[in-house]
Amino acid sequence: MRKFTVLDGLVTPLDRANVDTDAIIPKQFLKSIKRSGFGPNAFDEWRYLDHGEPGMDNSKRPLNKDFVLNQPRYQGAQVLLARENFGCGSSREHAPWALEDYGLRAIIAPSFADIFFNNCFKNGLLPIRLDAASVDALFKAVEATPGYRLRIDLEQQTITAPDGTVYRFEVEAFRKHCLLNGLDDIGLTLQHVDEIKVYEQKRREQQPWLFA
Amino acid sequence: MSAKTLYDKLWDSHVVRQEADGTAQIYIDRHLVHEVTSPQAFEGLRLAHRKPWRIASMLAVADHNVPTTGRDKGIADPISRLQVETLDQNCEELGITEFRMADLRQGIVHVIGPEQGATLPGMTVVCGDSHTSTHGAFAALAFGIGTSEVEHVMATQCLLMKQAKAMQVLVEGVLGKGVTAKDIALAVIGKIGTAGGTGYAIEFAGSAIRALSMEGRMTLCNMAIEAGARAGMIAADDTTISYLKGRPFAPQGESWDKAVAYWRTLHSDDGAQFDKVVRLAAAEIKPQVTWGTSPEMVVAVDGRVPDPASAPDEVKRQDWARALQYMGLTANTPISEIKIDKVFIGSCTNARIEDLRAAAAVARGKHVAANVKLAMVVPGSGLVKQQAEHEGLDKMFVAAGFEWRDPGCSMCLAMNDDRLAPGERCASTSNRNFEGRQGPGGRTHLVSPEMAAAAAIAGHFVDVSKL
Ligand code: SF4
Repeated sequence: MRKFTVLDGLVTPLDRANVDTDAIIPKQFLKSIKRSGFGPNAFDEWRYLDHGEPGMDNSKRPLNKDFVLNQPRYQGAQVLLARENFGCGSSREHAPWALEDYGLRAIIAPSFADIFFNNCFKNGLLPIRLDAASVDALFKAVEATPGYRLRIDLEQQTITAPDGTVYRFEVEAFRKHCLLNGLDDIGLTLQHVDEIKVYEQKRREQQPWLFA
Repeated sequence: MSAKTLYDKLWDSHVVRQEADGTAQIYIDRHLVHEVTSPQAFEGLRLAHRKPWRIASMLAVADHNVPTTGRDKGIADPISRLQVETLDQNCEELGITEFRMADLRQGIVHVIGPEQGATLPGMTVVCGDSHTSTHGAFAALAFGIGTSEVEHVMATQCLLMKQAKAMQVLVEGVLGKGVTAKDIALAVIGKIGTAGGTGYAIEFAGSAIRALSMEGRMTLCNMAIEAGARAGMIAADDTTISYLKGRPFAPQGESWDKAVAYWRTLHSDDGAQFDKVVRLAAAEIKPQVTWGTSPEMVVAVDGRVPDPASAPDEVKRQDWARALQYMGLTANTPISEIKIDKVFIGSCTNARIEDLRAAAAVARGKHVAANVKLAMVVPGSGLVKQQAEHEGLDKMFVAAGFEWRDPGCSMCLAMNDDRLAPGERCASTSNRNFEGRQGPGGRTHLVSPEMAAAAAIAGHFVDVSKL
């Protein structure tokens, strides 16, 4: 997994609540058996004027100029500013894959859906919960300031705005450790093989029907 | 020993070890696998030269991409076909039990797990699918995971996670005529919102819940995720135990007796503390219909489409206005005046035998309205289909003008050919009414099977409690 330490990135705002995983990556793209290449289809139904299907040449499709992420000033953004309950809906990891492939490294919102939040960490994408008032202030600042960037420091758990305002955020110690070091969860768990075996043996004795 | 919630009991009995910050390594008993979220996980294992830890814990089925007609001809869409074939190959190569498309036991993963007795009380159950919460109806700790975690469970039989907070949703009293578990689910979501359960595991309890059949309990736990909760659960009781008896994967003989004795302990103790308690009176719940693009945008069938001007805050006001525009609805329209184009009775929420019986009872001897272009019934599994045909429900549906299909996810998410055309309005027994969920531009209203059947007959929503 890619490490996340400090990011100084351009911010793009997506001012709507309850953005669901179907909107982040429409289901026709879930038929892929690969893990990459979803970026051009992130937010597909909002981003393009036509209906997207796998295998299309996305560079030739008509863009929806009204969709905020399509505005020239937000091209190359690495930080997404969003509203309540971002990532609700399905457990599909295709959603964080698409956002990461699109170029995003961090998402700031007042709240996230649990499974999506969790999936982000597995893909080097940092989801940050900030209180609604701070998010509101950031929306105003981004919209008012072309080229608006934020500096996100995971070690310090801070976001620094161009005017010097510092927002602190919370992140679970274990997740932070994994993200800072780009650690693979499976590798970490497999360091405890003996404990898994001991547990499994005990369980087999107590509830043998689970192992029939 | 202090009083424990059901969630505490399930959690505590699965902790293998714990990190200093409280992150626990949790053991997983049952891993259900389907074609959409598994290929990258199998690929990951292969690349890392890892083998699945306990193959017997896995049960696989293709459900999202399978066609619901003309199965003998295979899957026409080459990309869908590749995904299903990839699952077949992976299962064959590793020796994982899979119900293939032609198998009578094939169906929606959340229908077949319980149907086979592969979901048992006291288990941790995971699947790369958010509606895994369904299995919590059996006093199991069941939740959806992403593909990285699918791979993690395959490789280690464990997951790393933190314990959620515990919420109790207490529904006391008796449900009115025509009011179902689906209506309880929608009423709960209407009350707490789609993020109301975020960070919680929900236990549904109270006399109205105890009175539900296993099918009803599954419908309710299925929709816990729509309230934001990864897991929903219900205590084990006689209903749970008699449902499981004799199922293929359930224990038998002496082992059964031992299991039952343990299962009987799977309830919240008297005096157990919840972080949050939400109460609903069963008698006050009416049949529900969603009007917007989120399950929390819901009202009783005798209500009206709300006016964004009356929204509690600015974010919601914009949200409602956008939803009305997408749904092609005007504020203050009575729900019963909304005409529909299609009807979908199916999905892991409402495609079990009891759901089909309830819908058939409404449709019996009547006919689908002229303005309804398509009304389809998609059983949750091959076995549900067989049982329904045995009871003659298929004939009843067909005589009433419904199409009778083969099992799968179908128009719940429209990954196969079953989908809405732009602007089409559907009464659906599924669980999500997001924009484009049932096809680009499609408009979904979530309802119970009874309500969907009644809407098919009338051509618009009607209050089944008044029929
Ligand atoms: S029926 Fe719908 S919600 Fe259920 S597993 Fe299939 S696609 Fe998901």
